[in-house]
Amino acid sequence: MGSSSSSTERIPDAQELMQETGFSAAHLVRLYERFEFLDKDDRGELRLDDFEAVSELAMNPIGDRIIGAFFSPGRETVDFPSFVRILAHFRPTDTNRTRNGRNGAQPEPANSRTSKLKFAFQLYDQDRDGKVSREELLQVLRMMLEMQVTEEQLQSIAERAIQEADLDRDDAISFDEFKKSLEKVDIEHKMSVRFLE
Amino acid sequence: MRGCGFVHLLGWVLLIGFVLSVNCEAGHESNHSEHEHGSGLSGIPIVTFKWHHVETPYLVALFVLVSFLAKLVIEANHHVTNIIPESALLICFGFILGGIIWGADKAQTFTLTPTVFFFYLLPQVILDAGYSMPNKLFFSNMGAILVYAVIGTCWNAASLGLSLWGCHMGGAMGDLDIGLLQYLLFGSLIAAVDPVAVIAVFEQVHVNEVLFIMVFGESLLNDGVTVVLFNVFDAFVSLGGAKINAVEIIKGIISFFVVAFGGSLVGFVFGLLISLLTRCTKNIQIIEPGFVFVLGYLAYLTAEMLSLSAILSIVFCGMCCQKYINSNMDENSVNTVRYAMKVFANGSETIIFVFLGISAIDKTLWVWNTGFILLTLLFVIVYRFIGVFFLTWILNKFRLVPLEVIDQVIMSYGGLRGAVAYGLAMMLDENKIKEKNLMVCTTLIVVYFTVIIQGITMKPLVTWLKVRRAAVSELTLIEKVQNKVFDHMLVAIEDISGQIGHNYMRDKWNYFEEKWMSRVLMKPSARKNRDRLFKVFHQLNLKDAMSYVAEGEHQGSLEFVRNKNAFIDFKKKNIDDDYYEVMPDIMADMSDDHSEMSSDRRDPVPSVSLEMHEQNMKAVRESEDINTHHLLQQHLYRGRKQHRHRYSRSHFDVNKDEGEVQEVFQRTMRSRLESFKSAKMGVAPPKTLSKHPKKEQQQKVRGSQSSSNYLFTKHHKQPETC
Repeated sequence: MGSSSSSTERIPDAQELMQETGFSAAHLVRLYERFEFLDKDDRGELRLDDFEAVSELAMNPIGDRIIGAFFSPGRETVDFPSFVRILAHFRPTDTNRTRNGRNGAQPEPANSRTSKLKFAFQLYDQDRDGKVSREELLQVLRMMLEMQVTEEQLQSIAERAIQEADLDRDDAISFDEFKKSLEKVDIEHKMSVRFLE
Repeated sequence: MRGCGFVHLLGWVLLIGFVLSVNCEAGHESNHSEHEHGSGLSGIPIVTFKWHHVETPYLVALFVLVSFLAKLVIEANHHVTNIIPESALLICFGFILGGIIWGADKAQTFTLTPTVFFFYLLPQVILDAGYSMPNKLFFSNMGAILVYAVIGTCWNAASLGLSLWGCHMGGAMGDLDIGLLQYLLFGSLIAAVDPVAVIAVFEQVHVNEVLFIMVFGESLLNDGVTVVLFNVFDAFVSLGGAKINAVEIIKGIISFFVVAFGGSLVGFVFGLLISLLTRCTKNIQIIEPGFVFVLGYLAYLTAEMLSLSAILSIVFCGMCCQKYINSNMDENSVNTVRYAMKVFANGSETIIFVFLGISAIDKTLWVWNTGFILLTLLFVIVYRFIGVFFLTWILNKFRLVPLEVIDQVIMSYGGLRGAVAYGLAMMLDENKIKEKNLMVCTTLIVVYFTVIIQGITMKPLVTWLKVRRAAVSELTLIEKVQNKVFDHMLVAIEDISGQIGHNYMRDKWNYFEEKWMSRVLMKPSARKNRDRLFKVFHQLNLKDAMSYVAEGEHQGSLEFVRNKNAFIDFKKKNIDDDYYEVMPDIMADMSDDHSEMSSDRRDPVPSVSLEMHEQNMKAVRESEDINTHHLLQQHLYRGRKQHRHRYSRSHFDVNKDEGEVQEVFQRTMRSRLESFKSAKMGVAPPKTLSKHPKKEQQQKVRGSQSSSNYLFTKHHKQPETC
C-alpha cells in the first residue's frame, strides 16, 4: 500500500502511533477520517457533545461510561492519539509477537488480554481507586437492567456478584479478583472489533 | 461395582434369548395356526396364541428393546467407553446381532431401509440438534459454516467422483459398469459429513466451542447441498449423458438455492407456528409438549413433500422456536420437551448404529472390489483434508480470530460419514445403477472406518495435539454481567469508530426481535421476565435454597429455617445413595449456549451437609455473626461444575479437579446463609429468595418422590437470542 504513506502525513506522530497501538497505516487513516468527521467544529480534538452526537450511543445502556473512558481523568477533550489508544484496546489480540519487537522495555500492548480487562475494569471503577465497590457495581447493573428488575433485586444481584468474585473479603472487587473471575472467558473473542481498512 | 458383571451377563443372556425366541416363534407360528385350524373348533378356546396378530409391532418393539439393552450393557463399564466410543460398540453389537439373525433365518430380515431411516429415525435426532443449538455461537460463525457446508461438500463430491472415474479409466478397478455420471452420483452421496456420527464422536471429546460448532454446523447445513447434488445427478443418470447441456446445469444450480432456502423457510414458518401456538396453550399445559414434536415432524415431512431439504427445515424449526417456547411454556412443559427430545434422539441414534451393524451381515449384499473400496477410502480422507485447509486459509483472511492449524486438523479428521450416506446409497435405483451393491458396500466400509477407527483415535489425537478444550466453568453472575457489558461495549465502539460491524448487526437484530417478534410470539407475562441476567441470578438462588432445604431435611431438622438462633454446623458427610436421590439435579440449567444435563450421572464426590444442632443456649449467648463464623469445618467441597457451550446428547461430566478451595467454600456458604437467613427474617427480602424455599417445602410434604420433584421444579432456562 504505497499510497497510504502519503496520507498518513497529515496525521501527527503517525509512525509512533502505529508502533504503539499496532494499527496499520490504512487503519490509522480511516480512524483519522472518522475523528475529523466527529470533530464538528474542526478543533482538532473531541469534546463531550461531539461524542453525544453519535445517535446510537444514546440508546446504549452504558454509552455514557464508554464515552467517559475516552477522556483521561481531569481532561475535557480527546485528541487523536488518545482516541486511537483507546480504540487500540479493541484490536484482535496479536498472535505473532514479533510484530511489536518485544524487548524488556516494551510496555504491554494495548490489545493484550490484561489491557482489555483493565479497560473493562475501569468502566466499573469510576473513582479509579483500583477497586469496584458494591455501589459502583450497582450503578452498572442499574444502567443495564433498569427496566426489568426492582431495586431490591438489583441489590441482591450485586451482593451475590460481589460474593462470587471477592476473594479477600473486603467487600470490593480488585483488578486481580476481576481477572480471576473471568479467567475462563474468551476475552480475545469477546472484546474485539474488526477494524475496517 | 459388583453389580456390573451381573448386568453384563444378564444383558447378553436376555439379548440372545430374545432374538432366538423371536425367530423360533416366527418359525413356529405357521405350525401353530395350522394346528389350531386343523383341529376345528371343537370348543371355546380359553387361550390362543395369536402371533400373526401382533407380529409387526412386536418385532419392532422387541428390536427397540434389544437396542436399548445393548446400550445398557455398553454403558455399564466406563473404562471401555472412554477408549472406544459408544457408537463403535453399538455397531459391533449390530454385527453380532446380525450374525445371530442370519444364523437363525438364513436371510437378513432386519435391514435399515431408507424409509424407516429417513422417516422414523432421523427426524428426532435433527430436531434435538436444532432445539439445543447454541444460536448465538452458530450465527456468529455462520459465514464460515456455510462456506464449509456448501463449497466444501461440492468440492468433496466433485473431486471424489472425478478421481474415482480417473482411476477407473486408468484401469485400477478392473471391470466395472460405472460411467462418469454415476461416479459423480456416488461422490455426492458419500461427500456429506454426517450429523449423527459427528455428535456421537465429538460428544466424547470436549473440544472448544468454535471448533465444535464448525463441524457440527457444517454437518447439518450440508444436507441442502447433498440433497440437491444427489437429485441432480440422479436425474442426470436417468436422462443419460446426451441430454445434459448448459440449461440443465443452470437448473441444477437454481435448484440448489431453491432447495436450501425453501427448506429453511419452511422450517422457519413452522418454528413461528409452534411459538404462536405455545402462546395460547395455557389451558392445555399437559399436552403442550406434544405440539413441539408434532409440528417439528410436520416441518420435516412438508419439506420432504416439496422436495426441499428436510434436514434444513427441521433444524431451522428447532432453532427458531427454542427461545419462544422456552419462555411461553410452563416450566414442566419445557422440561418435558427437553427430556423427551433427548430420549427420542438418543434412542434413535442407538437404533441407527445397531442397524448399521446389522445391515452388514448380509451375504447378498457383498461385492468386493479392492480398488474401488480402498481408493474411495483414501480419497475421502485426503480430499477432506485438502478441502478444509484450503477453505480455512481463505476464511482466515476475513475472520476476526483466525482458526488455528490444530483446529483445522481436527476439523478435517472429524469429517465423519454416517447413516445418511448409507440411506442415500440404499435409495439408488439398481436398474439404472448396475453396481449398486458395490456402492452400498463401499459406503458401509467408509462409515465403519470413520465411526470406528476415527472415533477411537479422535480422543487420543485431540489430547496429543493439545487442542483447546471447552471451558468447564461454573456459572457465575460476574461472567454473565460482564458478557452483557462486553456486548454493549462492542456496539458502542463500533458506533464511535463509525463502522457497521458484526456487533452492530447483532444489536439491530436484537432490537428488531425485541420490538416486533417477541411481541407477537411471546406471552406478555413472559416478555416482562425476559432478562437473562436476572434469570441466572434467580436460578443460582434457587439452587442454594434447595440445597439448604434438602440438607436440612436429610438431617431431620429444618431448625435453621424456623429458628433464627439455631446453630448450624457444616460438616462433611459420607454420601448415601438415597441422599443422592434428593440432590441430583439442582443445577442451574442456564448458559449462554445450551448446556445439557442428565440425571444418570451421580456425583461421586461428597457434598456439603448441614448438621443442625439445637443448641439454643449457645445460640442465644452468641450473636448471629459468630454463629455463622463457626459454621464451616475444614472440609473440602467439590461442587458439580456445569458444562457450558457444549452440545451433549446424554452426558454431564463432573468436574474432577480438586480445585474447590475449602476457604472459598466456607466463605461462600457462610455469606449465602447470611443472605438467606436475612431474607427469611424479613430483612429487606428479595422476593424470589423467600418465595421458593417455602414452595420446595410444600412440595416435599406432598410426598411424591423427591428426585422427580427437584427435577421438575427447576425454572426454565432462557436460551440466547440469535
